[in-house]
Amino acid sequence: MDKATVNNIAKLARIKVSDAETESLAGELTNIFDWIEQLNEVNTDNVEPMTSVVAMAMPSRVDEVNDGDDAERVLKNAPDRPADGSSFYAVPKVVE
Amino acid sequence: MSYLIEGETGDWEVVIGLEVHAQIVSKAKLFSGAATDFGAEPNSQVSLVDAAMPGMLPVINEVCIEQAVRTGLGLNAKINLHSVFERKNYFYPDLPQGYQISQFLEPIVGEGIITLDMPEGPREIGVERLHMEQDAGKSLHDQDPKRTFIDLNRSGVALMEIVSKPDLRSPAEAGAYMRKLRAIVRYLGTCDGNMEQGSLRCDANVSVRPTGEKELRTRAEIKNINSVRFVMAAIEYEAERQVEVYEDGGNVVQETRLYDANKGETRSMRSKEEAHDYRYFPDPDLLPIDLTQDFVDQIKATLPELPDAKKQRFIDDYGLAIDDAATLVADKETADYFEAVAKAGDAKLAANWVIHELFAVLNKASLSIAESPVSSDDLGKLVGLISDDTISGRIAKDVFEVMVTEGGDPADIVEDKGLKQITDTGEIEAMIDALIADNPEQAQQYRDGNTKVTGWFVGQIMKASEGKANPQMVNELLKKKLG
Amino acid sequence: MPTVNNALTDLTIAAARDGLDKGDFTSKELTEAHIAAVEAARDLNAFITETPELALKRAKASDERRAKGKAASGMDGIPIAVKDLYCTEGVETTAGSHILGGFTPPYESTVTQNLRDAGAVMLGKTNMDEFAMGSANITSYHGNVINPWKLDDGKDRVPGGSSGGSAAAVAGHLALGGAGSDTGGSIRQPASFSGIVGMKPTYGRCSRWGMVAFASSLDQAGPMTRSVEDAAIMLQSMVSYDAKDSTSVDQPIPDFAAALTGDIKGLKVGVPKEYRLDGMPGEIETLWQQGIDWLKDAGAEPVEISLPHTKYALPTYYIVAPAEASSNLARYDGVRYGLRVPGDSLDEMYENTRGEGFGAEVRRRIMIGTYVLSAGYYDAYYVKAMKLRTLILQEFQQAFEGVDVMLTPTAPSPAFAIGEKMDDPVQMYLNDVFTVPASMAGLPAISVPGGLSDEGLPLGLHLITKPFDEETLFRVGGVLEEAANFTAQPSYLGGAS
Repeated sequence: MDKATVNNIAKLARIKVSDAETESLAGELTNIFDWIEQLNEVNTDNVEPMTSVVAMAMPSRVDEVNDGDDAERVLKNAPDRPADGSSFYAVPKVVE
Repeated sequence: MSYLIEGETGDWEVVIGLEVHAQIVSKAKLFSGAATDFGAEPNSQVSLVDAAMPGMLPVINEVCIEQAVRTGLGLNAKINLHSVFERKNYFYPDLPQGYQISQFLEPIVGEGIITLDMPEGPREIGVERLHMEQDAGKSLHDQDPKRTFIDLNRSGVALMEIVSKPDLRSPAEAGAYMRKLRAIVRYLGTCDGNMEQGSLRCDANVSVRPTGEKELRTRAEIKNINSVRFVMAAIEYEAERQVEVYEDGGNVVQETRLYDANKGETRSMRSKEEAHDYRYFPDPDLLPIDLTQDFVDQIKATLPELPDAKKQRFIDDYGLAIDDAATLVADKETADYFEAVAKAGDAKLAANWVIHELFAVLNKASLSIAESPVSSDDLGKLVGLISDDTISGRIAKDVFEVMVTEGGDPADIVEDKGLKQITDTGEIEAMIDALIADNPEQAQQYRDGNTKVTGWFVGQIMKASEGKANPQMVNELLKKKLG
Repeated sequence: MPTVNNALTDLTIAAARDGLDKGDFTSKELTEAHIAAVEAARDLNAFITETPELALKRAKASDERRAKGKAASGMDGIPIAVKDLYCTEGVETTAGSHILGGFTPPYESTVTQNLRDAGAVMLGKTNMDEFAMGSANITSYHGNVINPWKLDDGKDRVPGGSSGGSAAAVAGHLALGGAGSDTGGSIRQPASFSGIVGMKPTYGRCSRWGMVAFASSLDQAGPMTRSVEDAAIMLQSMVSYDAKDSTSVDQPIPDFAAALTGDIKGLKVGVPKEYRLDGMPGEIETLWQQGIDWLKDAGAEPVEISLPHTKYALPTYYIVAPAEASSNLARYDGVRYGLRVPGDSLDEMYENTRGEGFGAEVRRRIMIGTYVLSAGYYDAYYVKAMKLRTLILQEFQQAFEGVDVMLTPTAPSPAFAIGEKMDDPVQMYLNDVFTVPASMAGLPAISVPGGLSDEGLPLGLHLITKPFDEETLFRVGGVLEEAANFTAQPSYLGGAS
């Protein structure tokens, strides 16, 4: 795994990594993936991928409104909100 | 007749596939118990799940599964008894989880068909798939000079994404497809079809190719178009733009474009330029959806009559013309209205009145059929008065106008205003006798073989009777008296 | 320094319950003794947030219930430590991460709500590896946790991880029990390192609602205690079917403590030969054999079994868990809660926040997970791993057709000194080599202290049973515990060393 790949993944994951870190991450990740490569020893051609750990049908909920209706509850931990106290989250301006 | 763009190098065909996002009619969201109503106060319909608080988990709303299956059945599509929710990973502030729960490799509904009524005949358009997914929240960019504000009310609302095959070949077909799909989901009650409120939105994949070429060329995706008119306009613009690009020696790039309704053009979306890698994988917080055929059959048993079946019935049972039938079934309320009017007797006459007289009034006042100033009962009575010769079609128009402006039972209006048709032979004969006596010259012309003069006589009688004389009787009696 | 009443902090949960029932002491007294111990032992760094006032309030309410003869459960009035992974209403919850700094949930996780309803008294939120990613409790934003087991060499040892704070708190007699969470061994491995009992129930037994997610298909809550019986009592107050968690399983809940009959005659104990790793320390091998002999002496029948895909469980885990984590941790974006590090654009804000907010190990695992899910690698890594998971699960299912329980070591080594094994992530990952297979298959498992290493550090023995057969797990665990008669104590108890 080279530095360009590391930078690419970091970009996808929205994580800032310094140049120095990119270097060491490339090394570490290479080691980890070398170790993971042993999985190729196993022939899995006719094996179904596991879809769930528990053998049961997915439960569902009835169509009923029983949550929400409390903007402050979901906003109270927000790092930034409009100055006028209106019930929004605020982020740096997005240009479309 | 196919839609072709005439370029300098030859004719170009346009290839269109539509991805329609239809909001599922449900009280609560797809995976949470928050409400889905339109226009609520910001962030007032947001549960801890919708805000992606740490440790929050999704639980599927059973009605959303039913609605998706019902829609699939309405599209004559294959229902997949086994389907899987996956996570589509990307960062955006109105996507709180950092992923959208969607269906990818295994959607709940597979291939289906939508039949379009085009002027040149029916066109079958393939549906590739239908899957369920969460809607995102809303970003407000114009509230603050430096910041974007986020409202998560829509976050987690259940959507059906209905993907067509690239079978559409003209803006008109794309428009017809949207209208037909809208009609179907509204008939089914699975989506309210309200495009202004965003309940139904459309992404259009557009490419062009020289006529005769078999391969598909690079497509551009026009995002989030929210009216049928814009869908057509956007495609038309985009197709012509692409032809120009090719003819100028360039290449169309695969990209996301935005339709600017004010300028009537599409433009590249810079913010979406970055290469996407959504890293789909099955959502480990959920299990696969495993339906029984019995469940599907039960839903199938409750499906309403859909537009195509209704149209055929209107043709078969009421003897309507194909076009008229298609017009009437485009909207369930209209079809129901028509059937109520047709109960009065003459269905063809009823269809004419709904399509011509009533629609003219509604269009002029921008009213929906539900807001019609004339009830179906009253219009039915009016049609009845025409069929039983109580009034003529001409007089009926006057009565109708009174019904629109003042309201009231048509029979009462006819009575009050003395508009009843004159069917008394003696009365009409007397009028004819007087007319012939006063106009011997014209009478002589007729006897000399100029039968065209009959029209003049009829006109005079109708005038004298204030339109109330039965025109058929007038004709017959005139012939007798003059001949 | 407050004085610690060791008579109260040395009790088991069962003994404390009996004492409370008999009126020998009150929950208030019991809680005060533990609050004093927590304060005295701050250099272990076991707690991120201490909640003494809340604890005393709940202790008082417990005493009132008991006075009316209405004790809510065997846990009523029992002071416990809660891993900072559980969202606790009105109490800061960080999951050991800078990125959740200042986050105060307006809700209570199902497991901690169950414990509250049972009357348990939360002393505070314990330290942990950041987002439960670690096997040594050295990745927490809030610093390393120190194992109360100390040798004469003066080195501080790790308590294991990721539930290292809860392990240290229970081992150091700062709490009678601890709520931990286990993704690949995060309860069992620190239990082994700290000389306590750590139990992971069947996936789906405990609700995950309100637990900060690491890897959704693996995360499971469980108790950490000083006896097998205590683990049974505490688990009883943690489990429930929860309609808010789609992977919660609606199974009858037995009386777990009642399963401790001591009778394991005729039980078949599987001994998987593939767990005999190359280069495994002799002391681990010896203890394992000792465990086999103990169970045999108690009337069980050891059976050598083969789980050939076991050795692939760990690398498989290092695809599955980071993949899920990379997605689960996408919500920490500086928009709705926790840390925001400003940036000129939205993407800069994201990258700054997540770059500074996540520690090195979490960043590394997010990178692994992002990579294995990315275009072109998904089939080679993620799908491959899910296929291996199928094989691992099938292998366990087949093996359990012939045996009732499996016995293995819990960890390949005793606790190591802080600073060791830190250069190479893979070496660190190998700590979970024995615990990860059961996690991959969602099976219940328990670590019971078996003895001491040559140096004098605790070593655990590990039992695995079929899904939802926690009763056999406790029954065999109880027998093992009695045979091992593990009475050694860490040198650092209740803040007194």
